[in-house]
Amino acid sequence: MASNKKYWKSVEELKKDSSIVKTLQQKEFVEEIPVDEFLGNKKTLETSSTTRRDFLKYVGFTTAAASLAACEGPVMKTIPYVVAPDEIIPGEANYYASTMADGFDFANILVKTREGRPIKIERNTLSKNNGKANARVYASVLSLYDINRLSGPVANGEETTWEDFDSKIKQQLQALSDKNIVLLTQTFASPTTEKLIKEFTEKYPNIKHVVYDTVSCSDALDAYQNKFGIRALPNYDFSKAEVIVSVGADLLGDWQGGGHDVSYAKGRVPKNGKMSHHVQFEANMTLSGANADVRVPATPSQQMKILNALTGGSTSGLPSNIAEVVAKAKSKLQKAGSKGVIITGLPDINAQMKALQYNSASIVLDTNKPRLVRKGSNAQVNQTVKDVISGNVNGLITVGVDPVYSLPNAEAFAEAYQKLDFTLAFSMKMDATASLAKYVAATPHYLESWGDTQLVKGEFSLTQPTINPLFNTRQFQDSLLKWLESDLKYYDYIKENWSSNILNGISWNQALHDGVIESSVAIETEMVPAEGEATLESTTAHGAFAFNSAEGGYELTLYTKTSLGDGQQANNPWLQEMPDPITRTSWDNYLTMSAADAEELGVKNWHTSNGALNGSYVNITMGDVVLENVPVIIQPGQAKGSVGLALGYGKIAAIQEEMQTGVNAYPLYQNFSTLQNVQIKKASGEHHFASVQMQNTMVGRSHDIIKETTLEIFNTKDVHHWNPVPEVAKGMEEVSIRSEDADLWTSFDDTVGHHFNLSIDLNACTGCGACVIACHAENNVPVVGKTEVRKFRDMHWLRIDRYYSSAKTFEQEIKDLKELPAFETYEKVEIAYQENPEVAFQPVMCQHCNHAPCETVCPVAATSHGRQGQNHMAYNRCVGTRYCANNCPYKVRRFNWFLYSENDEFDFNMNNDLGRMVLNPDVVVRSRGVMEKCSMCIQMTQKTILDAKREGRAVKDDEFKTACSAACDKGAMVFGDVNNHNSEVAKLKQDKRMYYMLEEVGTKPNVFYHVKVKNKEEV
Amino acid sequence: MKKVNYRNLFSCFSFLLLALLLTFSATTFAQGDPVAGEKLFKSNCAACHKLDKKAVGPALRGVSEKYDTEWLHEWIRDSQALIKSGDAKAKQIFEDYNKSVMTSFPQLSNEDIDNILAYTSQPKPKPKKTEATSTTATTNNDSGVTNTIILVALTMVFLLLVVLLYLVNKTLRNIAAANGVDYEGKDKGTSLCKAFVKNQFLLLVSAIVLLLVSAYLMFAYFMQVGVDQGYQPVQPIHYSHKIHAGDNKIDCNYCHSSARRSKTSGVPSLNVCMNCHKNISEVAEDTGNEQYSKEFYDAEIAKLYDAVGWDAENMQYTGETKPVKWIRIHNLPDFVYFDHSQHVTVAGIECQKCHGPVEEMEILEQFAPLTMGWCINCHKETNIKLKDNKYYEKIHKELSKKYGVEKLTAAEMGGLECGKCHY
Repeated sequence: MASNKKYWKSVEELKKDSSIVKTLQQKEFVEEIPVDEFLGNKKTLETSSTTRRDFLKYVGFTTAAASLAACEGPVMKTIPYVVAPDEIIPGEANYYASTMADGFDFANILVKTREGRPIKIERNTLSKNNGKANARVYASVLSLYDINRLSGPVANGEETTWEDFDSKIKQQLQALSDKNIVLLTQTFASPTTEKLIKEFTEKYPNIKHVVYDTVSCSDALDAYQNKFGIRALPNYDFSKAEVIVSVGADLLGDWQGGGHDVSYAKGRVPKNGKMSHHVQFEANMTLSGANADVRVPATPSQQMKILNALTGGSTSGLPSNIAEVVAKAKSKLQKAGSKGVIITGLPDINAQMKALQYNSASIVLDTNKPRLVRKGSNAQVNQTVKDVISGNVNGLITVGVDPVYSLPNAEAFAEAYQKLDFTLAFSMKMDATASLAKYVAATPHYLESWGDTQLVKGEFSLTQPTINPLFNTRQFQDSLLKWLESDLKYYDYIKENWSSNILNGISWNQALHDGVIESSVAIETEMVPAEGEATLESTTAHGAFAFNSAEGGYELTLYTKTSLGDGQQANNPWLQEMPDPITRTSWDNYLTMSAADAEELGVKNWHTSNGALNGSYVNITMGDVVLENVPVIIQPGQAKGSVGLALGYGKIAAIQEEMQTGVNAYPLYQNFSTLQNVQIKKASGEHHFASVQMQNTMVGRSHDIIKETTLEIFNTKDVHHWNPVPEVAKGMEEVSIRSEDADLWTSFDDTVGHHFNLSIDLNACTGCGACVIACHAENNVPVVGKTEVRKFRDMHWLRIDRYYSSAKTFEQEIKDLKELPAFETYEKVEIAYQENPEVAFQPVMCQHCNHAPCETVCPVAATSHGRQGQNHMAYNRCVGTRYCANNCPYKVRRFNWFLYSENDEFDFNMNNDLGRMVLNPDVVVRSRGVMEKCSMCIQMTQKTILDAKREGRAVKDDEFKTACSAACDKGAMVFGDVNNHNSEVAKLKQDKRMYYMLEEVGTKPNVFYHVKVKNKEEV
Repeated sequence: MKKVNYRNLFSCFSFLLLALLLTFSATTFAQGDPVAGEKLFKSNCAACHKLDKKAVGPALRGVSEKYDTEWLHEWIRDSQALIKSGDAKAKQIFEDYNKSVMTSFPQLSNEDIDNILAYTSQPKPKPKKTEATSTTATTNNDSGVTNTIILVALTMVFLLLVVLLYLVNKTLRNIAAANGVDYEGKDKGTSLCKAFVKNQFLLLVSAIVLLLVSAYLMFAYFMQVGVDQGYQPVQPIHYSHKIHAGDNKIDCNYCHSSARRSKTSGVPSLNVCMNCHKNISEVAEDTGNEQYSKEFYDAEIAKLYDAVGWDAENMQYTGETKPVKWIRIHNLPDFVYFDHSQHVTVAGIECQKCHGPVEEMEILEQFAPLTMGWCINCHKETNIKLKDNKYYEKIHKELSKKYGVEKLTAAEMGGLECGKCHY
């Protein structure tokens, strides 16, 4: 039975008598609103100089003054273009195909512009490769409007002109023509930039080009280069895989450049009774572990042994429970044959080599199309850093990287860096490196630049500017051309290179329009010597592999968060406020620790009286490096003896105060290895987390919220068994909630015209959060900041709930529940599985109920039902009683407690002119005191209808989109008109996995979900 | 009356003089029919030439004096041939006008060209308006003066009356006092007041009436807050919709082209103005009226040139632009989504339905109240234009079955739902 599984959202819920959980089940807030504090205190009242009459006078006066002030309308100006550009029609959006390539995220995108301003990033559906958009890519449009950007080139601390800057640089390059200079860049994956750099280094042979990936993939690159002769990353198509065994590889996160989730999700939707089987061995709880069918917590040192055992070695030295799973996985792999794949995230060339060796026989690995999105070599970067420190290098040019922030030995490096003869930083901001450099060349955002990329061999894409440069900036490539004494602009240079080398008969305009082309031409890419191979057992170079439990240390796995990645966009408030999919905590990074270790160290997590999460601090020591006051979150599923910490936080340079969050974990990133051995001690003080985890308790009715089953039951049992429709009593008999007899209300006639439904497939959803950011951008959702999130006043219209549940299999769970003594059931079952819970994600937005509880309680009829199925919200009508939020069973309504735009208290993007340029002009910015919620992107559905009307045609099948459904490249969210029987959503509605959330409430939502099926198949 | 007589006399005289002059000039300078010539000139030459001002080509008044007719015949039929033949005069002109090639008119007969030349040879008509405008100005002034005088006089009379009444009253009272008549007027008044106060019912009723009236007035006052019907701000350039849309019958969509495709009607960019105003640097002689003289309009066109950076002398753009900051008249609040294309293209509604008789407005004003009630009323009354729009086919079938009607109003289509306009 699916319905008896217990879900929990926080450790707090596992405590038998948690008062907080109990109160939250009954009330929205734990604390009473402190009216009595003021009114109950007679003394304060008596001493108060304001009498009741005075108070009324003030009220009367201010009301009158406010209404008088409102009588005079402001004079509005309209300033038309002098010469209007041909392609701009005021009020209509233009879309341009482009490519984001910031060295960490690579994606083919469409840029939506209004009146010449980019306002939203969408995915380019013409792109076939793995360069798919994620939350960071969608949020990158806001980084364009960052007020901390450099406004022009800086020489010796003073802003200057480009002419002056060029002459100074040329002079320097001349003067240092016999000295060693290193050009340290991000991975461009750009054939034309590589060509240009080659020309540049030919002219200045003393300049050496080194690629530095802030978060390194060097081991995988070395392995691939050794095996296939090209410095690239393997390209997996997980939709072809039957069995995926991952050893410490977060394939749904940023593992090896990310972007694997699309093909993965394809294989996860049961088709013809089949879906892939995913086994995950990992230390931290990652997205991949959360989505896996079998997840085994294993410390990095165990992972090494697991990989060894999987690829032919023995299971000796492994705990029996792990060994058992390894054996099972092995036999499954054997059965799957060429459809099985082993992947690993261990930062070790031999580990990578082993996996690659195994996969080379698999059809999942496409060796014809390796991915070119990383290039850096640890050895080269290490050598460069050594040279800078020892003084062997006299000059350093950095492009798109911030080594002073991100190097493990940043302090020593910074000291040496300042002493260099020539330091030039190409940077968008005065970041840590730029602020120490003698020359800073202000570079434009990628939305203001030209560029080209080859993300996957043979698939080329173009980057084009979508706005005039906002500041006096010049892109790196243009600077190189200037210093090469060339008259060409980079645009001409690309065009030339493409015409002669890449286009291969395709027209340039077509390529620019599509953004992506496929071309079989071979482009030579720069090669660096790869590290040699050694035997797996003999590796000692990396900290974690030399792990010795006798020292009493912990195995640390450094990771990148879904929201912030390597930290390039740390000043982006959308990303800062986006809750982590697993911990549901925003505005922070923290050490994740298992409950057992926490108890040992005396580290605690607790909830304050209003439900907000607090936690202890620890100090992390690793050799000479000490990180002080790192907050700890106790993470269910964290392997005992291991800890996790996210990179990319703790930035200070060129970051607004509000966004200076977390601790910088890069000092622990020694040898560019994500695995380290650290000592941990508890420190004093308590940390305030902005976690939305305890919010919106589902009152213990979780079985109607998430429905889950196994593939076996799904294939063999009747649909009523695993997806029952709730029944209610009518008189003496039970009737289905979907029958008309169970309905008090007269139904809406939803058969006429369009009727919108949103389908969410819990199998395809990986919890990546791209939809959350897309929703932010489309609907002008405000950012409220850490303190407000702590008060559960976050404004996300769309949240992705994460539920932990506790049984390995449903059968096992039922058995456990039956066999255990009555009163101990909960604790025994739940606590036992806290070590390794199952995880389920569920995107929740307004369900647009056909019998909406919010509509009936609004005293001013501000929220009403539309015939097209959308639950409308008229902001200008709302008076802010919040009855609707109170009456909503899904808790999806958001109240504007404050004015979030043009308010210095909320100094985020909506508080400056530049940041407000990202606002969508078709959606109003809500003011204080009104309720808001998901509108099912009514501005988009209306636009689609209007386009059809204007063109005098019927709306095409699947033409309707919402921001979230358009952003989801995994097909988890499908939106459309169910009255059009050809639409995908109408078919999905008939699917037997379809169910409604909390259906027994009788709200008849227009959002439906698909039962999550896990492939628990035993061999 | 006298003035008017004089003016008539004067205009009669000047007309005679003009007629005389015309016949004289026509006979002396060229043979041809200037009336037919005018027609030909306007259809063929006016795109590039003006009579008295340099445009793309030179000013043409008196051109037949400068060149002989034979040469002009050749030049007009095919100027390039003339230049290639090595004619010095032709070459000179070609060089002077930046080597811009004049269109050839082989279709024009000698007679046609003579007619045109006859038209161009007419002397410049004297600006006859100056006299008229000055006179109207004085009459205007007169009426203004008389109005104030009348007003002052009336006030004086009223004041006088008040003083007189007071004096009469005083004398009468004095007389009454002297005669020993008991004066009771005042007592009566107080008793009425007292009676009113004593009559509780009357008091209550009048209080209620007073309250209701003031509530009504207050309601009316608040309801008009933010309603700017009739809003007629002074714009940085005096743009007359009457001249453009009314007199010259330019289609609204020519300038407000995005109304057909986008949510905004779009204030035209200045390059749209320059499509015509490149050649129209001044208004026609008879455009000036009593309120706005020709000079006034010409100055406004000069403002446009200044804004767009057009050097009218040399017929080229300077590149120095000063975008015009128009004052927006129709302001909808941010929380309303209004789409022009929906109404203009899909529904086929005339612009005038909401914007009023724009073609008659010298200064544009807000015609409609733009309140929600106004929108809703129209949505309730207006039928949807179903014809030839495939979008409506299915939904029309379903809805007409549901409501049992053949025609559908916007309201029946869902045009009254909150979320259709508020998001």
